[in-house]
Amino acid sequence: MSTVLILFCVLSAITLLTAFLTIFSRNPIHSAIYLVICFFSIAGHYLLLNAQFLAIVHIIVYSGAIMILLLFTIMLMNLNEADEVHKPRFTRLGAIVSFCLVCLVLIKIFINSKPIVEYDYTGEDYQSIKVLGKALLNEYMVPFEFASILLLVAMIGTVLLSKKEKLEK
Amino acid sequence: MDSTFVIEKGVFIVVIFALTMLMAMYSTWAERKVAAFLQDRVGPNRAGWGGLLQPLADGGKLFAKEEFFPNTPNRFLFVVGPAIAMSTALMTSAVIPWGDKLHLFGRDILLQATDVNIAVLYVFGVVSLGVYGIMIGGWASNNKFSLMGAIRAASQMVSYEVAMGLSIIALTMMTGTLSLKEISIQQSEWHWNVLYQPLTFLIFLICSFAELNRTPFDLAECESELIGGYHTEYSSMKMGFYLFAEYANMFISSTIMAVLFFGGYNYPGMSWAVENLGVNIANVIGMAALFIKICGFIFFIMWIRWTIPRFRYDQLMHLGWRILIPLAIVNIMITGVVILRSEIAVYLGF
Repeated sequence: MSTVLILFCVLSAITLLTAFLTIFSRNPIHSAIYLVICFFSIAGHYLLLNAQFLAIVHIIVYSGAIMILLLFTIMLMNLNEADEVHKPRFTRLGAIVSFCLVCLVLIKIFINSKPIVEYDYTGEDYQSIKVLGKALLNEYMVPFEFASILLLVAMIGTVLLSKKEKLEK
Repeated sequence: MDSTFVIEKGVFIVVIFALTMLMAMYSTWAERKVAAFLQDRVGPNRAGWGGLLQPLADGGKLFAKEEFFPNTPNRFLFVVGPAIAMSTALMTSAVIPWGDKLHLFGRDILLQATDVNIAVLYVFGVVSLGVYGIMIGGWASNNKFSLMGAIRAASQMVSYEVAMGLSIIALTMMTGTLSLKEISIQQSEWHWNVLYQPLTFLIFLICSFAELNRTPFDLAECESELIGGYHTEYSSMKMGFYLFAEYANMFISSTIMAVLFFGGYNYPGMSWAVENLGVNIANVIGMAALFIKICGFIFFIMWIRWTIPRFRYDQLMHLGWRILIPLAIVNIMITGVVILRSEIAVYLGF
């Protein structure tokens, strides 16, 4: 077995294990920490594919920002099983339906996907920031701008939501 | 990959690791000496000449102390907290160029553990992970003061990371690269970035004080309000790890400031030295120059600590979100206009 394959197996095992532990652990903080480890192993997969920029940005955005804010909220709210809100049947049904739809999409993807026989080194530069920047701002200019507008709208929405609470006081 | 390459990098990484630890160790001594100097005292002077053996004595004492565990259901996370703090403090040094190259044993040895083209982003990634050590440790202590200290420290670090990232964007717009080695090379012969981007440097400096959790931003360990902050429950070497990580971070952030803004290993007349004295001597002088710059920054950080009192918490958040972030955005716009000035002039019809 090549080193890449061994690394891939180890990383995949960690990813799957921590993903399952995220769902199954009782303590919400433990779940969050398992999710952080899961994100790290996904960044490891990106590195195996030689996507350095993607790996680092994944770590900065998901592990470094989003998960820290999530941990924050969990620590401050002090979630217990006792004061868990009872979820109405309608939302449970919705959750099951959306889960089934995601499963359908995933099954379709898995049927269509082709197995990677081995990692080839072609020598072409796909991943450096120069190549990515040119691709984003030339070929994918319009979706890029739309994504930034979406983020801006979300940000303004958050500010408005927090402002409203202040006015009510 | 040949074995000499692996040995070369291995030796280099061990040397850098030892150096970071040594600098962190003697920063504790230097801090006490600087404090004594600024307050007109003598400082540590019993262990060794001028108290030089004091850090060893402190380390020995910390190792010999009782290992106390609070009544917590998360003993594992309680131990993991300081370990994360220490390892993130040591990880950053992997991408820093300590010098150009040495010519030894008939081969060129690059004085950098790894030259990735996203080194600046790597540094930011590791810095953003430093928060985990504090948060996990503070939460696992099962003590509300520790938790409040950890949350304060984490929210402060997350807030100032935004301004820090925005300030660096202006710098990378000018350099056009994220590789620390190329940034160092661009700054040769007095083209230091601080001369072109003083505002960026100021924002970066203030933010790195906040990231280090040091005065004037050391609200995480505000004794009168929070006992000892997030490490209240820690004792022995676990406590030592937190304190040690702070000094290692101080060394690393001084290094990054020296590399990004103060020319890195470049010194006036380096190309002359390479021609006349040889590559090796010129680069040894270069490394010494980098270390003088680093020590200058470490002294500056300590000087600030013993000069300026602590901010209040709302003042800290006000400074971060209302002053530094808009300032950083204005800085980006000014940099953009200056870089594109000829195109703008053509567009406006001058």
